[in-house]
Amino acid sequence: MTATTTAVSDATGMESVDSFRLRAREWIPANLRRLADLPADEGAQRNVSSDESAWQRARALQRTLYEGGFAGICYPKEYGGLGLTSAHQRAFNEEVAGHEMPMRLNVPTFTICGPTILDMGSEEHKREHLAAAIRGDEVLVQFLSEPGSGSDLAGATTRAERDGDVFVLNGSKIWSSGAYAADYALCLARTDWDAPKHRGLTMFLMKVHQPGVHIERIKQVNGGDEFCQEFFDDVVVPASAVVGEVGGGWAVASRQLFHERNAVGGGSPYFSGARAEGRRGTETDALIDLVRRTGRADDPYARELIAEAHALGVIHGHLVDRVTAGMRTQKMPPTAGSLIRLFHGESATRQAEIALELAGPAAAMSAPDGPDTREVGVSFLFRQATQLGGGSTEMARNIISERILGMAREYAADRDVPFNQVRHGR
Amino acid sequence: MRFELTADQRLLQTATADYLEKSAPLGVIRALHDEGRTFDRDTWRRGAELGWTSLVVPEETGGGSVSGEGVVDATVIAEQFGRGCAPGPLAVVNVVAAALAEAAGADRHAGLLGRLLDGSMVAAWACCAPGRGWDPEAGAIEARPDGDGYVLDGTHDGVEHGGDADAFLVLAHTPEGLSQFVVERDADGVSVLPLESLDMVRGFARVDYAGVRVPATALVGAAGGAAAAVERQFQLAVVLQCAELVGVVERVLEFTRQWMFDRYSFGRPLASYQELKHRMADMTLWSESGQATMAAAARAVQERRADAGELVSVAKSYLGQRATDIIQDCVQLHGGLGVTWEHDIHIYLRRATVNRLMWGTPSAHRRRIADLLNV
Repeated sequence: MTATTTAVSDATGMESVDSFRLRAREWIPANLRRLADLPADEGAQRNVSSDESAWQRARALQRTLYEGGFAGICYPKEYGGLGLTSAHQRAFNEEVAGHEMPMRLNVPTFTICGPTILDMGSEEHKREHLAAAIRGDEVLVQFLSEPGSGSDLAGATTRAERDGDVFVLNGSKIWSSGAYAADYALCLARTDWDAPKHRGLTMFLMKVHQPGVHIERIKQVNGGDEFCQEFFDDVVVPASAVVGEVGGGWAVASRQLFHERNAVGGGSPYFSGARAEGRRGTETDALIDLVRRTGRADDPYARELIAEAHALGVIHGHLVDRVTAGMRTQKMPPTAGSLIRLFHGESATRQAEIALELAGPAAAMSAPDGPDTREVGVSFLFRQATQLGGGSTEMARNIISERILGMAREYAADRDVPFNQVRHGR
Repeated sequence: MRFELTADQRLLQTATADYLEKSAPLGVIRALHDEGRTFDRDTWRRGAELGWTSLVVPEETGGGSVSGEGVVDATVIAEQFGRGCAPGPLAVVNVVAAALAEAAGADRHAGLLGRLLDGSMVAAWACCAPGRGWDPEAGAIEARPDGDGYVLDGTHDGVEHGGDADAFLVLAHTPEGLSQFVVERDADGVSVLPLESLDMVRGFARVDYAGVRVPATALVGAAGGAAAAVERQFQLAVVLQCAELVGVVERVLEFTRQWMFDRYSFGRPLASYQELKHRMADMTLWSESGQATMAAAARAVQERRADAGELVSVAKSYLGQRATDIIQDCVQLHGGLGVTWEHDIHIYLRRATVNRLMWGTPSAHRRRIADLLNV
């Protein structure tokens, strides 16, 4: 169903932000359900639940957006997007607040994998996979980390050996969220063991479900099992799956990390849906609700803690605006995304701490007839995930001090050493 | 660093930076301090010619911004004041000038306003009760109607640049409610006690009013109608203070970073130690976040948005705390030198600490946020 309001374009042929916003305002309530109206079993868990039906729902919603002309807002037209600006996306995000959206497709499909393919992929990759993702037909995932290399991503030991027109992959990848429900993956593998570590890597855009790929789910502290580990046993990948150059995988991974920092920090223009940062978000409302239920709304200390948590959320939005402007005007280097990544980790940690303090003993247990504060305790247990996922905050601090402040690089024993001579732990 | 200044704002920024560097380097600030002075009147007058006093006052009343956004322009100046810990009553003169210009019947005070704008006079905002922070209800002294005018009795404390002021904008309760009056420094019954300040040159004073008689024409705006103006003035004072904090922090991080490149221990620069690099990364993040939230607050105050009060308190609650956190850690990175009188870092720490405490502590601003959120 398309909106009846007519699009108004400027001299360059691009629809104005106001016109786009008005069309979205008309289309959204007619095509997307209000979050408040969702059945209880679809409600609270809709963005974290890891069953297959939640992924099917996300794909269906993405198709609805596509058919309505509101999918891939910042993606180029030739690859199935709308070719509009981040201002259009922001307007849409504001209008769509409070409605059901395919939020789980944002990371990594639209904010990390898509932009990386756009930067580094072949024309065929872009035409095929970006368009499919925007239609809701393809979900993308990252195969980057390995059991033996987390922060030291370039130390990957998954092996890809050329055999005529194909590569054969052996090894294992880990921490790939939602891999079980994905279609294609950006997979970093080693193709040259004689080259120093950064120069022997190649990136593949590979089919996830195929012979030789075995996927296991990893259960997390908070009970979720979105994380996966993949095992490759003679997996055959065509040479056309190479993204960028053979041996040039690190350049692709670097773009991926750049987009990941932006995505995790909240600065990606490809993120579609309402954001919590930058205005009075659901987090603040939840904390206010919490102190009311625990009878501490008049406690001056509790009030100050709520204000502190709220301020961090608001400032996060301001920082995203500043860093985005800094990178756009080239007054900040592209690595400045590390600033928002670090802020996110630090503020989420503090906010989890504050919620725990506000809930008090009620976070340690839950009674069927008492205030439901179990989630606060569980979130606290899972707290460090915000300092780990999307690159650890230690790596963010390295990047800020080295790339932004120009301080000396950390010593690396494997620099310029052929990879097959680099020492590994057990 | 500002990313999106207009050409005119850049000019204002450079002119202010150059002039402050020439007229009030840290050596001059130390000399003023040794002489027990707060600022030099001639320097201030020439600063007024650069626009320091007129940016938030509309053109019709003799002022004028450089970009059409006077509050944002004024934060550009305040940032430069922070970078140099500059002397001069920047925030209070701008606040009082804006108050006079925006009040109904502003022409009553055109004379004083003109002299504030040209830098020949200085005014201060007297609004805090002794021993109390920002609390306009408690800070308002008593103004009793008497014939054609009012009689003021009470005491204000922590009056920024009160010792230098030729006139005061006085917060008072009339029977109608919260009101503001212009009171001359040399009016009968006014006594001013300059206080010893933690800052090198930013003075504070206690002002006593003993039966001070003022005509009704001394009212700024209508009797009892000052609450909204007072909130607006407070927002302006806080946002200028935050901009100053941004400048202070930016400058301290610049010279501390350079120190870390220059200082060697165990044969390598401080800047090569990961533990220290990571602390600098954290401080850089806090500084950038502070700049971001100050800019957002300035824009909200500029546009008189409904959330301006909240954003100003968000900015102050963050910057007030983080600025002193950062400078204290930079003291640590300087080693023993950092706690000497000779090293300049204490001058910045003084300015940041005073700014943290005045116009609402971070804690007071968090309580304000909670009130605004209707917790």
